[in-house]
Amino acid sequence: MTETSPAPLVSMRGLAKHYGEGSARVDALKGVDLDLMPGEVVGLLGPSGSGKTTLLNLIGCIAEPSGGTLLLDGERIWDGRWLRPDLRRLRLEKIGFIFQFHNLLPFLDVTDNVALVLDMAGIPRRPAIERAHELLDYLEVGHRKTARPSSLSGGEAQRVAIARALANRPRIILADEPTAALDGQRAGIVMDLLRKVAVDRHATVVVVTHDEKIYDRFDHIFTLRDGRVVDG
Amino acid sequence: MNLAIRDIRHNLGRFLLTSIGLGLLLGVVLSMIGIYRGLVADALSLVRGPGADLWVVETGTRGPFAEGSRIPGDTREAVARLAGVTEAGSMTFQSLEALHRGRKLRLQVVGHEPDRLGGPAVITEGRGLARGRFELIADVKTGLVLGERIALGGDVFTVVGLTRGAVSSSGDPVVWMSLRDSQVLQFRLSPAPARREAARGPVATGAPDTVNAVVARVAANVPVESVTEAARRWKHLAAMTQDEQETILTRSVVEKARQQIGLFTTVLLTVSTVIIALIIYTMTMDKLKEIATLKLIGAPDGRIVGLILQQALALGLIGFSAGATLITLVKDHFPRRVVMLPEDAMALGVIVVVVCVLASGLGVRLALKVDPATALGS
Repeated sequence: MTETSPAPLVSMRGLAKHYGEGSARVDALKGVDLDLMPGEVVGLLGPSGSGKTTLLNLIGCIAEPSGGTLLLDGERIWDGRWLRPDLRRLRLEKIGFIFQFHNLLPFLDVTDNVALVLDMAGIPRRPAIERAHELLDYLEVGHRKTARPSSLSGGEAQRVAIARALANRPRIILADEPTAALDGQRAGIVMDLLRKVAVDRHATVVVVTHDEKIYDRFDHIFTLRDGRVVDG
Repeated sequence: MNLAIRDIRHNLGRFLLTSIGLGLLLGVVLSMIGIYRGLVADALSLVRGPGADLWVVETGTRGPFAEGSRIPGDTREAVARLAGVTEAGSMTFQSLEALHRGRKLRLQVVGHEPDRLGGPAVITEGRGLARGRFELIADVKTGLVLGERIALGGDVFTVVGLTRGAVSSSGDPVVWMSLRDSQVLQFRLSPAPARREAARGPVATGAPDTVNAVVARVAANVPVESVTEAARRWKHLAAMTQDEQETILTRSVVEKARQQIGLFTTVLLTVSTVIIALIIYTMTMDKLKEIATLKLIGAPDGRIVGLILQQALALGLIGFSAGATLITLVKDHFPRRVVMLPEDAMALGVIVVVVCVLASGLGVRLALKVDPATALGS
């Protein structure tokens, strides 16, 4: 009996991105090959301008690749053209985003910030609220359910943002500098939570960071330089 | 989950203040419409007062409201003899300014024959003119009270009756007096010119028996047009129906005012549109990060457009309600009559909705152009 390895949640071959044409052309990514597996927390590192944010944007289907192929959760998404007509729906279904400054909507309370994603997915109000409360309890911010984002501490706000990213049960979590605004202790707590999410939900967590204090928290680190993965 | 309402509640104070500010502007628009309606109502109140079907005036004129008209006083008898005419009365119209109780009082003086057609439609207090002279029926807007005495053109008149809501097209309150008194007031020369005229040769003393118009009522079974046609056969007279007289007033006498107010209302509506557009644009600018985040986490365009459009509509409707309420409360304190018709308010409400939809276009355009990638790393 042979043991089959799980399929990668994010798979790219020769993924490229350039801006401009002719003499003004800038190659931000020059044919990247990557497979990101379920349960992994991976770091994307590199100096400014190395292409890591571009790569995050391509995985998040926010920017259009210039070449190569991209598969998310086993589904071919890009192969010279977008193969899904509604990329926002795709993001809603498959991808959770975590931001440096949490980007919670200031006019919604904590519960509704999480429930909004479920509301957009067509989940009725009551189960959406129950799911939001469940996630907030899971991330240990259940006691701030009715608070406004402006009254949360940095760590609490980031946990609510993680709850929002997880609300629709995505298996791909993209985090852009999630610990940059946090001190060492809170950064460690956030990374522990992301690890827990990756393991519990068989998800892939991709973290773009410059934060050296969390380098030891990754299963794999991919370093980009001049649009290529030079170390992984 | 309605994002527009949540956002409004989050910034409720600012949103309400902005809406009330817009409401003041829309209140001015509504008051302009009301002033125009009041202008027409005022103009028509005088011409509708006698309840006439037919107006006979000097030939070649559209008097007595649009142009001067002088016809002999015995015209009434001739008109009354026309087939189909049931009632007729002579009338004079003139504006004057009197000094009374230390203040200037502008009046529209109407002279009529007591017990004949031409008097006030309704006397709210006191009585009508007796056959004697030097009596006055005044509109309450004059500030005169029953029994009060007022000097007009050298004679002193006593107020015996009061009316309500009778004003001329220029907003001056109306007073009624006997035809003879009004003829004296209108045609009698003051002492100095009288002495000059006497020095130039023999002249008739006193006031001539001249009137400005004769009004007539026509029997219900007789077409007004046929009586009008009959009156037009007199070469020295012109005749018009009540409808024609009203048309002259609304299309000619108050036409300039109508155009002026209409243009001003259009300018105000345009300004309102620009202001709503700028407010919505600024509100959208304040939410660019949230809009980028919404797009990134998967919100469809419809949801984002809905957020902006609903806020624009809320702004317009709250502003409109505030403006309409304000004008309803203060309209009676305007120096001229402001008539608020439900259909005008509804029409403006619909225009405000259209204006809000158009004005939100800039904000919607801006929101749709927001790149979701800007939510990352911001």
